[in-house]
Amino acid sequence: MTRAKKMVDKIKDLMWKPDKIRNMGIIAHIDHGKTTLSDNLLAGAGMISEELAGQQLYLDFDEQEQERGITINAANVSMVHEYGGEEYLINLIDTPGHVDFGGDVTRAMRAVDGVIVVVDAVEGVMPQTETVLRQALRENVKPVLFVNKVDRLIKELELGPEEMQNKLIKVIGEVNKLIKALRPEKYDKWKVDVANGSVAFGSALYKWAVSVPSMKETGVGFKEVYDYLKADNARELAKKTPLHRVVLDMVIKHLPSPIEAQKERIPVIWKGDATSNEGQAMVKCDPNGPIALMITKIVSDPHAGEVAVGRLYSGTLKPGLELFLIDRKTKNRVQTIGLFMGPRRVEVPEIPAGNIVAVVGLKDAVAGSTCSNLENFVPFESIKHISEPVVTMAIEAKNPRDLPKLIEVLRKLAKEDPTLQVTLNEETGEHLMSGMGELHLEVRVERIRRDFGIDVVTSPPIVVFRETVTSTSPVVEGKSPNKHNRFYITVEPLPQEVIRKFKEGEVDMKMDKKERRRILEEAGLAKEEAAGIQEYYEGNVFCDVTKGIQYLNETMELILEGFREAMRAGPLAREPMMGVKVKLVDCKLHEDAVHRGPAQVIPAVRSAIFAAVLQAQPTLLEPYQKVFITVPQDMLGNVTKEIQGRRGQILEMRTEGDMVTVVAKAPVKEMFGFAGAIRSATSGKALWSVEHAGFEPIPQGLLENFVMEVRKRKGLKLELPKPEDFVG
Amino acid sequence: MLTFIGMGLYDEKDISIKGYEKVKEADEVYIEFYTSKLVGTTRERLEEFFGREIVELRREDLEDRSRELVEKARHKDIVLLIPGDVAVATTHSSIMLEARQKGVDIQLIHGASIVSAVCGLTGLHNYRFGKSATVAYPYGKTVSRTPIRVILDNWSINAHTLLYLDLHPEPMTIAKAVEILKKADDDKMLKDAYAVGLARAGSEKPVVRCDRLYELPEHDFGDPLYIMVVLAKKLHITEYEFLSAFANAPHELSLSVE
Ligand SMILES: Nc1nc2c(ncn2[C@@H]2O[C@H](COP(=O)(O)OP(=O)(O)OP(=O)(O)O)[C@@H](O)[C@H]2O)c(=O)[nH]1
Ligand SMILES: [Mg+2]
Repeated sequence: MTRAKKMVDKIKDLMWKPDKIRNMGIIAHIDHGKTTLSDNLLAGAGMISEELAGQQLYLDFDEQEQERGITINAANVSMVHEYGGEEYLINLIDTPGHVDFGGDVTRAMRAVDGVIVVVDAVEGVMPQTETVLRQALRENVKPVLFVNKVDRLIKELELGPEEMQNKLIKVIGEVNKLIKALRPEKYDKWKVDVANGSVAFGSALYKWAVSVPSMKETGVGFKEVYDYLKADNARELAKKTPLHRVVLDMVIKHLPSPIEAQKERIPVIWKGDATSNEGQAMVKCDPNGPIALMITKIVSDPHAGEVAVGRLYSGTLKPGLELFLIDRKTKNRVQTIGLFMGPRRVEVPEIPAGNIVAVVGLKDAVAGSTCSNLENFVPFESIKHISEPVVTMAIEAKNPRDLPKLIEVLRKLAKEDPTLQVTLNEETGEHLMSGMGELHLEVRVERIRRDFGIDVVTSPPIVVFRETVTSTSPVVEGKSPNKHNRFYITVEPLPQEVIRKFKEGEVDMKMDKKERRRILEEAGLAKEEAAGIQEYYEGNVFCDVTKGIQYLNETMELILEGFREAMRAGPLAREPMMGVKVKLVDCKLHEDAVHRGPAQVIPAVRSAIFAAVLQAQPTLLEPYQKVFITVPQDMLGNVTKEIQGRRGQILEMRTEGDMVTVVAKAPVKEMFGFAGAIRSATSGKALWSVEHAGFEPIPQGLLENFVMEVRKRKGLKLELPKPEDFVG
Repeated sequence: MLTFIGMGLYDEKDISIKGYEKVKEADEVYIEFYTSKLVGTTRERLEEFFGREIVELRREDLEDRSRELVEKARHKDIVLLIPGDVAVATTHSSIMLEARQKGVDIQLIHGASIVSAVCGLTGLHNYRFGKSATVAYPYGKTVSRTPIRVILDNWSINAHTLLYLDLHPEPMTIAKAVEILKKADDDKMLKDAYAVGLARAGSEKPVVRCDRLYELPEHDFGDPLYIMVVLAKKLHITEYEFLSAFANAPHELSLSVE
């Protein structure tokens, strides 16, 4: 029997023993060593050869990943590891660290039950560490810590054994501080602890690691590590205390099995009736229950076409099954199913609950779909990715004949990547791609060129502004075209805290009314607003503060459609609106439903909102980025010059040895092309990363400029709109 | 001058002679099929019949751009052709009001209306009708309960209810209307109601059927347009006699006679 064959048999055997399965992710700030770690865990477990791992990051197999030296796509792999005389199946997802691909991390968190948080010992906890850890904790995914690149402490920073230990303790403290802040109620159970072995230290690149339990076993502690490294003998160290054993032992001991995890996770990610048949089956991870599958990723496979990857919470998947795609309101037939063996997909005849599965045949599924054999299955909570698209780019086929193909490819990309929005600009007829950042769009465009072979031209990247208001409008009357329906509306700024609570899922429209009212009042809504809230939409709310108006509840759905239409594209420049509270203070409705249909209500509400916005001192918000740049001291001047030339603001400077780290904040609009500029300003010596820093108002003096810039691009009339344009 | 001319119920020949003459001599002639339809003819056939150009107006022209129409009529003789009778639909009264406010003269030439045709086809007494309502296509998940409320109100004063059926995006069938009413009828208030369904009033072969409301979908009504009456709880003896003679009313209906 070949080794590969034996491995497949082992995996097929282990997948039926959920207590022997660990589904886990690896998350970290960019470049902290996730992929190097994943590669070497795979190699250590014998799933790929030693030569393949490490050197050329096997899991970053995509051409673009190799060229750019970063992970773009989360990769699924699996391996078998022996611990305490028993074999375990470990399903691992290596995630990208760059903020632009954060959506992939969020989705991966739905598939796993635990994570290894990797932190670079030299850099320590970075902003993206916090972001991804928050994503994991929100999904009720348990963390363990791997402090990586410990070799750098000794070789580059030349720290002594004591300083080294202090530095490591500091990293642990920072991680625990985050866990405590983000999940106080879990802190006692989930804090990472050197003594119990939920922390390991080491070097993913040089393939060694140590933890308190491993020290007891191997006798290799910090002192020995220090000596080996000083003697430049990492090879020997890796033999004595190999990375994969220490790290995988930690994973098996401290991360939960699907059986343990689903008990706690199901109530967090699924809001159906916990006592129902399917609710119980998921809590118990029951292979005989109904199918409950959540798709977390769509991958294009050159042979199989589109493969839907997801987590099976209950039931047993088999080819030929008809599954309802609940959110898509359709059904598809499962063609083949597979598991991951190492980095490859292997087809198997059936897969039980608790595993991460790859399904061919779910052609209508998107990342985030809920699939079940029950038609009325309550869908899983949607996977929230906190950042909104901030950058947009027009794209067209160089050869008009390729247009249909381009449209198809854009649709496909949007299905794979929900953070990518593809829209058709009605005014100009061009296709727009909006995403998380310049790199995000660049990578997708490159993919269209290379993987799909379409020659495309793109516009330079443009930021997506948000329209908002800064004061309270008077009451505005919006009339329906037939004049039988009148809507009296005001708009005013919405407290930040309200938006935050909705975004973080602390409040939603499905929860108990009284509870929602309490939370919203606390967050700054007036009593009647909190009681009358009808909808939260992309950072805006609609409140009905009228009393006892007949037919209003029959009309509300249409009114909200008008509200959403207005919020999707505001009056100033047809950019999305954000931070607006829309209030319906009174209305008059025709008694007969045909006289208050969509064609009447939607435009009336939209125009009233537009006219109100224009009387509430509207302005634009623009996206900001935080930038972290580390350079040798003597180049500091070049860096500050580069930042200040971009309407940037320096927030902090930290020196460590002869390096200095600059933390700054600048509008995304000015940050285009920063990669090239900083490279030439520092002869390539700068290490840098960015973070989303939310939206802030533009300088008032630039308002008209920016509005006209956008209106011109969209082919709108080149004058500032007036309230009379919408009502009167 | 803006002249509103009712076209009657079914085809080009339902117009009055007065209306016909006015169409012949006007400066411009418009027609709208938004508030109702003339299923027995087309705009092209009408143009041929009247021997002149007739321009169709859409909802936006009547509601959002009514001003243009009114302004045109300030110095020209403009005719607006309307299926049924004029100004039964509120859309028309809004335009008349606007014309009056802007000092533009208007004139009305009436045509046959479905409201009176229903009495003729069903034998139901005209003075026994209460408020009417429209069964609208639901939007999203919302099914309007207004028709049910109106029927119940009318029952309380022992009156019949005329139910118009939504025309957009396509004329609603009686089966569809009953399905929508059923959906809105959470408390099964209408389960014992009797109703009459009518198709193609004004044509040579109108269909008129009386049955339990929820049984009406079982009948074949043929092509549009359709309209319905939900009967009052009590009928006058002559109403019952007429319905059994002309609308195949079931025997049990006789129990409703007071
Ligand atoms: N000195 C040292 N370098 C390491 C170690 N682990 C990783 N690196 C280096 O760090 C760089 C980034 O490693 P990756 O594994 O690509 O990091 P990543 O976290 O996957 O990066 P992204 O996926 O782009 O976020 C590479 O140049 C690695 O060789 C380590 O233990 N010691
Ligand atoms: Mg990586």
